[in-house]
Amino acid sequence: MATRTVSRAPSRPSDVLTLEQKVELYYWMRLTRSLEERLVNLYRQTKVVGGLFRSLGQEADAVGSAFALDRTAGDILSPLIRNLGSMLVQGAQPLEIIRQYMAKGDSPTRGRELNIHFGDTVRGFVGQISHLGDMVPVMAGVTLSFKMRGEQRVGLVYVGDGATSTGAFHEGINFAAVQRCPLVVIVENNGYAYSTPNTKQSAVKEFKDKALAYGIPGVRADGNDVLATYDVTREAVDRARRGEGVTLIELMTYRRKGHAEHDNQSYVPAGEIDRWEKQNDPIDRYVRVLLEELHVEKKELDAIDARVTAEIDAATDLAEQSPAAEPTDALVGVYAQPPEVDPLWYRTGVRSAVEKNERAAGWGTFNG
Amino acid sequence: MAEITYLEAIREALFEEMERDSNVFCMGEDIGAYGGAFKVTEGLMAKYGEQRVIDTPISEAGFVGAAAGASHMGMRPVVEMQFIDFISCAYDMLTNYIATARYRAFLPCPLVVRGPSGGYVRGGPFHSQNPEAAFLHTPGLKIVYPATASDAKGLLKAAIRDDDPVLFFEHKYLYRRIKEEMPQGDHVVPIGKARIAREGTDVSIITYAATVWKALEAAEQLQKEDGLSVEVLDLRTLLPMDDEAIVATVKKTNRVMIVHEDTRTGGVAGEITARINEHAFEWLDAPILRVTAADVPLPFAPPLEDYVLPQVTDIVSVARRLAAY
Repeated sequence: MATRTVSRAPSRPSDVLTLEQKVELYYWMRLTRSLEERLVNLYRQTKVVGGLFRSLGQEADAVGSAFALDRTAGDILSPLIRNLGSMLVQGAQPLEIIRQYMAKGDSPTRGRELNIHFGDTVRGFVGQISHLGDMVPVMAGVTLSFKMRGEQRVGLVYVGDGATSTGAFHEGINFAAVQRCPLVVIVENNGYAYSTPNTKQSAVKEFKDKALAYGIPGVRADGNDVLATYDVTREAVDRARRGEGVTLIELMTYRRKGHAEHDNQSYVPAGEIDRWEKQNDPIDRYVRVLLEELHVEKKELDAIDARVTAEIDAATDLAEQSPAAEPTDALVGVYAQPPEVDPLWYRTGVRSAVEKNERAAGWGTFNG
Repeated sequence: MAEITYLEAIREALFEEMERDSNVFCMGEDIGAYGGAFKVTEGLMAKYGEQRVIDTPISEAGFVGAAAGASHMGMRPVVEMQFIDFISCAYDMLTNYIATARYRAFLPCPLVVRGPSGGYVRGGPFHSQNPEAAFLHTPGLKIVYPATASDAKGLLKAAIRDDDPVLFFEHKYLYRRIKEEMPQGDHVVPIGKARIAREGTDVSIITYAATVWKALEAAEQLQKEDGLSVEVLDLRTLLPMDDEAIVATVKKTNRVMIVHEDTRTGGVAGEITARINEHAFEWLDAPILRVTAADVPLPFAPPLEDYVLPQVTDIVSVARRLAAY
């Protein structure tokens, strides 16, 4: 790939991205979508254990925002269930994702947690929990530590439109705002929280307006435009790094699949999903930008598609060979100390719990 | 060396640990400039500044969650609940996020949540609670509840140095009522080890926190009036529980009473009873009996509060019943 840069004067952060970087954005979006499509196949083959969560139609907002972080500076994000793309950008591997979904013993959590619920603070992503909004206070604390130690690092936390209704969202963002933590909060507005539409979630018209209550800037951008997503996030990240505190970003997108694979989306008005798919698919839109505005050759994108497929094939083969989780490993790692929880006595082959504490003679001695 | 109170012992532990380790910092409501509702943190901000002694908004879930995040990054936050009753506002953070973090995501959470607990102080239903049992059920947490000033200091220092999240309950009735000379040097009391507060051979009382003192008073009375030799075991740590010390006292006296200030149903006493049943049933010569608070929210008026909470007379009468078996 030749080094080609956009020649006009930079007016938005993405203008200074090299063409290689812009093509890389395509790679991450394509990898996200294709990896999920592979997981659907594995799900239908009953090789995925538990639910499968898709981010179809939301790849641009996940990838574009995460791409705005500085991985060499040690920036950290906390993903939500539809941020597979963000995790891949931060260095999560397709092999890890597939092993997680297949509940393998060598998956990142060794079978302790499902799907993309895992983290690595070194690579820069903190494992989420299912309780929505909880990661906002946690990331407030992660970024508080950056501030306390004088590190030039930034944190990014994703919530959905639904999580903005939680107390944790409010408490976390308020705490971070008061402390001027270097934190960016992204509300991915994809229209639905499970089956609940935004009109039943909040009386505010735009979630960005919630920023007013915390004394921080609130901005809204097109989450299906990967460059616009990058721009708005990069500005907030730079602001945080300058010590100017928290920004709330609302990214407008649309969840084309159900809450999870089992969800038939009966609550979605007819035609809505088709309309988004035909008119506002983030990958289709970006392909047009790459081909028509940035004059990338089609064969270059085809080569990326082939590379993505090869990577996912290789990861799938390896994951299928991975061992199942070891049952007794379930007792390891609840605490630093003790490192292992004692097994239940009836699982250890002894005849009773009192065996080692038996009284020499007396009433009630068990003779079984 | 001069004697200091239970409260001063806690403060001393905070000063010493902040001095020893720059990763230790404190957060809570009104703990900085004001020094805390009970003045436990008085002087901390003057010495260590606003960066390390943080006055927070009223948002227990918010700052407990923030403590978790900071602890992932190697900090060692010590969070104050203005009253431990408010810890329920952070229940989700503690039980779902913090307690599971190491297990599910290999994220260390070396943090302490501490605060004034307990009754006998006319605090009413929301300033007198003993919510330890609500957390005993959560793998991943440690729970400490000291009864003496030197244990308060030594256990808090151990809690701050511990690599796991520790809930540190302080009994506010004891804050200024007991005094003790602190052991010399870097006084650290290991988490998970019970203490025999009084040796005895006839009846065992297993207890913790303020009721250790009620049990000791009852033991003294029983010795004088009945010639009964009562052993008092102060658990100090509830999670992990010192099964070895519990079984040892059962083997010694064969008669056991469990006393706690918390309400009865689903309380810690039930768990201790089950453990004795499983591990030392054959050593019992009498049923295990409980002295606890009645199952009501703790009322405010003195005659009501005194009626609900365990008193020395309750312990004495139940001990006599046990001894008569």
